[in-house]
Amino acid sequence: MAIKKKRITPKQNILKGLFKENPTFVLVLGMCPTLGVTTSLDNALGMGLSVLVVLILTNSLISLIRNIVPAEIRIPVYIVVIALVVTLIEWFLEAYVNGLYNSLGIYLPLIVVNCIILGRAEAYASDNTIYDSLFDAIGMGLGFTLGLSTLAFVRELFGTGGIQLLGIQLFDSTNAAGFLITPTGAFVTLGLLIGIINTVRIDKQNKAKAIMDEKIRVALAKKKAKQEALAQAKLVPEVA
Amino acid sequence: MNDLIALAFTAFLVQNIILNQFLGICSFLGVSNKRSSAIGMGLAVFFVIVLSSTVTWTIYWKMLYPYGLTFMRTIVFILVVAAMVQILEMAIKKFAPPLYSALGVYLPLITTNCTVLGVAILNIQNEFTFSEMLVFSAFTSLGYTAIIITFSYIREQMHKAPIPAGFKGIPAGLIAAAIMSLLFKGFVGLI
Repeated sequence: MAIKKKRITPKQNILKGLFKENPTFVLVLGMCPTLGVTTSLDNALGMGLSVLVVLILTNSLISLIRNIVPAEIRIPVYIVVIALVVTLIEWFLEAYVNGLYNSLGIYLPLIVVNCIILGRAEAYASDNTIYDSLFDAIGMGLGFTLGLSTLAFVRELFGTGGIQLLGIQLFDSTNAAGFLITPTGAFVTLGLLIGIINTVRIDKQNKAKAIMDEKIRVALAKKKAKQEALAQAKLVPEVA
Repeated sequence: MNDLIALAFTAFLVQNIILNQFLGICSFLGVSNKRSSAIGMGLAVFFVIVLSSTVTWTIYWKMLYPYGLTFMRTIVFILVVAAMVQILEMAIKKFAPPLYSALGVYLPLITTNCTVLGVAILNIQNEFTFSEMLVFSAFTSLGYTAIIITFSYIREQMHKAPIPAGFKGIPAGLIAAAIMSLLFKGFVGLI
């Protein structure tokens, strides 16, 4: 791990998950629930928060046992830990938030095989302290929630004309682009969002590169001028 | 018999696992870049789904359900899937080395492919009988294989297309998938 040597603060760790390594838009992980549950903002928030809680628990637990588990069987052990936590969350939602439990349907048990959770366990929690892993989990979980809610916001707003959760209705649902709620809309919206974010990022990189190039050019020109001046100064006495 | 044919069509086309249910999207976007890897992954997924669905269905109705252990479903299923993948890998390595060299790389990836666990859970949720379960698992995984292979042909063509830099790769792939899922809506009237 390259980041292991360089310690980062909790705040940087959380921000990393939210923006620089956003699981939905940058790492493109956990696509099944991303496309499946984002038909409305409340489902997306429910899914995002469930993953956040699961991620916090699994990352801390795996970081806690990382020195006990033999390297050869670590993946099965991680999967069992994750399955245990997901089952607990499933029971909790079934008992107390039954509406959400029903609308998430099959995507809830499938959190077990969500690439984000096993990915973070393998890439981060398996060789970082419990303290760092906790903040990594919070960052990644919030980043996933942010990704899901952005997608759901766009789809629900333009697909039904309003956001039910916030109680706003911009225009009548008969005028809305209803196809955004269908599977096709999920693919289109996600593709466009990732594309736009990539375009902005490439633009930024190019601008940063242009500024850097300009600086280098100015510095080189200065250096050249100096050398020429020096050469001139040397030449003058010889002539004299 | 008619029911089974209808179920097969639904699983294969109408409720296609990738384009309609969004399961296995990660592997769909990951390996559909190259035709050879799409074919390998598709076949490996087909074997694993049919085998693991049969085993999980039997375990659920013969062991978990009679003894009131249904709450263990998720943990038991993922363990079965992981074990199945491991056993299948060893068996293919021993008995069919050429097949192993073709599918070997994809097998470990399948444990975390949502399609496998998803089909196992859907079989239970829909309360399928044994024959319905077999038809559903086989045709769902065939649907997955068909889409992933078709899509690999499309993506190979897309490498030649002038796509804006920001949309290259996954975004363009997602938009192509959207068009494909729109086409598959035409099959809804079939059943």
